[in-house]
Amino acid sequence: MDPVFLSRLQFAVATMFHFLFVPLTLGLSIIIAWMETQYVRTGDKVYLQMTKFWGKIFLINFAVGVVTGITLEFQFGTNWSRYSEYVGDVFGSLLAIEASVAFFLESTFIGIWVFGWKKLSAKAHAAVMWVIAIAGNLSAVWILTANGFMQHPVGYTIRNGRAEMTDFFEVLFNKFAILEILHVIPSACLLSAFFVMGISAWHLLKKQHVDFFTRSFRIALVFGLAASLITGFTGDLHGTHVAEVQPAKLAAMEAHWETQTKAPLIMFAIPDQDAGKNLIEIGSIPGLLSFLGYHDFNASVRGLNDFPKDEIPPVAITFIAFRTMVGLGTLFIVLMVYGWFRRDKLMESPIFLKIMLFSIPLPYIAIEMGWVLAEVGRQPWIVYGLMKTSDAVSPVHGYQVMISLIAFIVIYGLLGGVAYYLIGKHALKGPAPIEVSVKH
Amino acid sequence: MILETIWFFLWGLLWAIFFMTDGFDFGVGTLYPFLGKSEDDKRTMINSIGPFWDGNEVWLITAGGVTFAAFPKVYAVMFSTLYTPLLLILFALILRGVAFEFRGQIESDSWKRVWDLCIFIGSFLPALLFGVAFANIFRGIPFDGQGLYHGNILMLLNPYGLLGGILFLLLFMLHGANWLAMKSEGDLHARVTALADKIWLALVPVAVIFLIASAFATNLYQNYLDTPQFMVIIIISVASLFMVKLYLSKKEYFKAWCSSALTIVSCIFFGVIGLFPVLFPSLLDAKYNLTAFNDSSSPLTLKIMLGVVIVFIPIVIAYQLWTYNLFKGKLTKDEMKY
Ligand code: HDD
Ligand code: HEM
Ligand code: HEM
Repeated sequence: MDPVFLSRLQFAVATMFHFLFVPLTLGLSIIIAWMETQYVRTGDKVYLQMTKFWGKIFLINFAVGVVTGITLEFQFGTNWSRYSEYVGDVFGSLLAIEASVAFFLESTFIGIWVFGWKKLSAKAHAAVMWVIAIAGNLSAVWILTANGFMQHPVGYTIRNGRAEMTDFFEVLFNKFAILEILHVIPSACLLSAFFVMGISAWHLLKKQHVDFFTRSFRIALVFGLAASLITGFTGDLHGTHVAEVQPAKLAAMEAHWETQTKAPLIMFAIPDQDAGKNLIEIGSIPGLLSFLGYHDFNASVRGLNDFPKDEIPPVAITFIAFRTMVGLGTLFIVLMVYGWFRRDKLMESPIFLKIMLFSIPLPYIAIEMGWVLAEVGRQPWIVYGLMKTSDAVSPVHGYQVMISLIAFIVIYGLLGGVAYYLIGKHALKGPAPIEVSVKH
Repeated sequence: MILETIWFFLWGLLWAIFFMTDGFDFGVGTLYPFLGKSEDDKRTMINSIGPFWDGNEVWLITAGGVTFAAFPKVYAVMFSTLYTPLLLILFALILRGVAFEFRGQIESDSWKRVWDLCIFIGSFLPALLFGVAFANIFRGIPFDGQGLYHGNILMLLNPYGLLGGILFLLLFMLHGANWLAMKSEGDLHARVTALADKIWLALVPVAVIFLIASAFATNLYQNYLDTPQFMVIIIISVASLFMVKLYLSKKEYFKAWCSSALTIVSCIFFGVIGLFPVLFPSLLDAKYNLTAFNDSSSPLTLKIMLGVVIVFIPIVIAYQLWTYNLFKGKLTKDEMKY
């Protein structure tokens, strides 16, 4: 039982599960804050009803996000202790700042929001929701800055046998991290918008609570349209930056084996890592990879066979993850643009509504695939170019990790099942009539 | 030297605040199956900590994060050597966290019983295990210069470790009972105050035995012998424990709660001062000890983090105090349903 492999698997399970809940927290909090603001501004009770209905779903989802985050914070120490020793000087401080600047705000104010309906004025209550939304996204900024350092370390020097910070601002303004932030937050908004639209579509198809869900749908549509465009745009910027600083990842996500100018973009391939080539290639467009990577059709793109064999990430996973994400991203833009033109005729567009209903899981798939690409494509490095994942693991026994991994799978499996059951039950029940009067 | 010393005590302070705040949540959760007779009792107990527990738990994340930032090697060695107990604590906290949210979602007795059990386990187990872990840290953990753990998890359950576990558990139960006494009315209030007296009676001998056992099982008293002025912290912890009793009998529950908060903080500081400058002692050989001076982060990181902590922690304390103020007093019937 190899602790490296098991720890990787455990970390993958734990982060991927955490990230099933995080994006909905990030995006839905903004949407709800906006709804509650509309209620305060217009006094229209339907907005209050919306705030409560979506708020309830938000809270169930939030609870799971919080509890699964805590295990992550400690897993760097439990499973990656060599890594923690080596980069703690830089990486640890970003996590500590995240907790003291963002988590406190979010967790404290969520308590106020839930229990404070009668203790606060409507205006103050809506402001509390904004604090929650901002704090959640702020925590994403810090964790992504930490991740950006692993992807592209800057602002440090190797001293006393470890990475020590030399320039805090270089770490903060790491271009890699900024691009991650600009891509992850819109993608989370996109996911949340699809979530709201999908559930609304279900009710609209059943012709129930029509006013309520038409309005919810249209609010989400605006979010979704903007977010899908921004996600695609920043994703492209991100890809160009990856080409520059992580050439092996770029080559792997394109299954590009031989260094060449006018490098082609391959639509679909089945890569064979051992043979160092693709078994099947379908639809190759000459020069397009050079163009996408370097915005120049004649640029030379380094192929995987020009990297040391032990510095190539798993090609097939990286390649497929990237294809899935971009394919879905393109589909989302198409759906949103189409939806925009149908926004006044939702009830007459049952097919579109049906598509939106069945699209709820798609952004989840896209967002997880994005992370698989980012993290698996970084292998074998845990900190790109600096430390290998195999050198980072804790000196714990394989069986310890095996037991905890099984515990993670069982507990998270049950937790996820219950959480989605409750979310589904609540979502399908529809909004409750308003009973609570709010202090003005 | 000064930076490292400041960070050593900040580190202790953050853990102390965590135990002081989430401590009463653990206490209420541990008392939950014993005091929660009716659904109303249960709702009162849950809602008494409802607005706070999540914010309180972040002190744990911050204490962990600050350990990582200021003393990376301690973070690495502490959490990898204590791998299994720490994960047990985390899983328990997961159950507690979702139980509060999930319990009220379905109106069914068996559904509620499942989450009732999770609230209990998720409060009882961390309270006990944190005590076991910290007592073992006071005593020393069998790890070598490579951070390798020599032993098995059962070794943590030595008599001193178990004593620490029981001490923490009783402390938190008392703290939680004081909180609930402040928040509840009627029959529940009568039962919780009666129980608080009993917990107090059980706690006193355990605390005394712990203080005596520490002289044999640990090196904590060396610093106190070298600098007797520090003894003041022991006096504070004993005095505040007696103040709890005093205020309980005067029915001044807020003051009783403040006193138990002080007892917890001073207990942690009893250990922290005794350890100084060691954060994580090795049982195998003192030369492996991780100290504030041989394993801290670079001065630049320590300075940046000090700036962050000095600016943001007071802000956090301010808005958390505001929350406590917003939800002060007995729970009204109105607040019971959510
Ligand atoms: C709904 C989710 C979603 C959608 C539709 C897209 N992405 Fe994405 N993508 C993510 C969600 C995501 C993510 C999960 O949030 C990642 C993982 C790491 C990161 O920074 O964002 C990511 C990473 C990521 C990376 C790798 C960065 C790295 O290696 O660290 C690239 C190159 C792109 N994306 C590019 C795109 C392009 C060109 C898209 C075209 C439409 C696209 N993404 C759509
Ligand atoms: C929430 C979104 C994320 C997902 C879904 C995700 C996914 C993954 C996956 C699949 C792996 C395993 C890769 C492999 O071993 O081949 C991994 C590894 C890892 N990730 Fe992430 N990750 C996420 C965010 C982060 C962030 C924000 C950080 C740091 C702050 C991080 C730090 C790590 C570390 C330390 C490892 C283990 C070492 C390694 O395999 O490289 N991850 N992650
Ligand atoms: C892209 C990756 C990540 C993002 C955007 C993110 C964002 C968030 C957000 C918004 C929350 C608030 C609660 C919720 O989500 O429902 C949260 C919770 C949490 N996350 Fe993550 N997270 C990521 C990955 C990680 C990783 C790798 C760690 C480990 C250090 C981590 C640690 C935590 C902790 C400790 C909490 C609980 C905080 C609380 O009690 O409020 N997260 N995360």
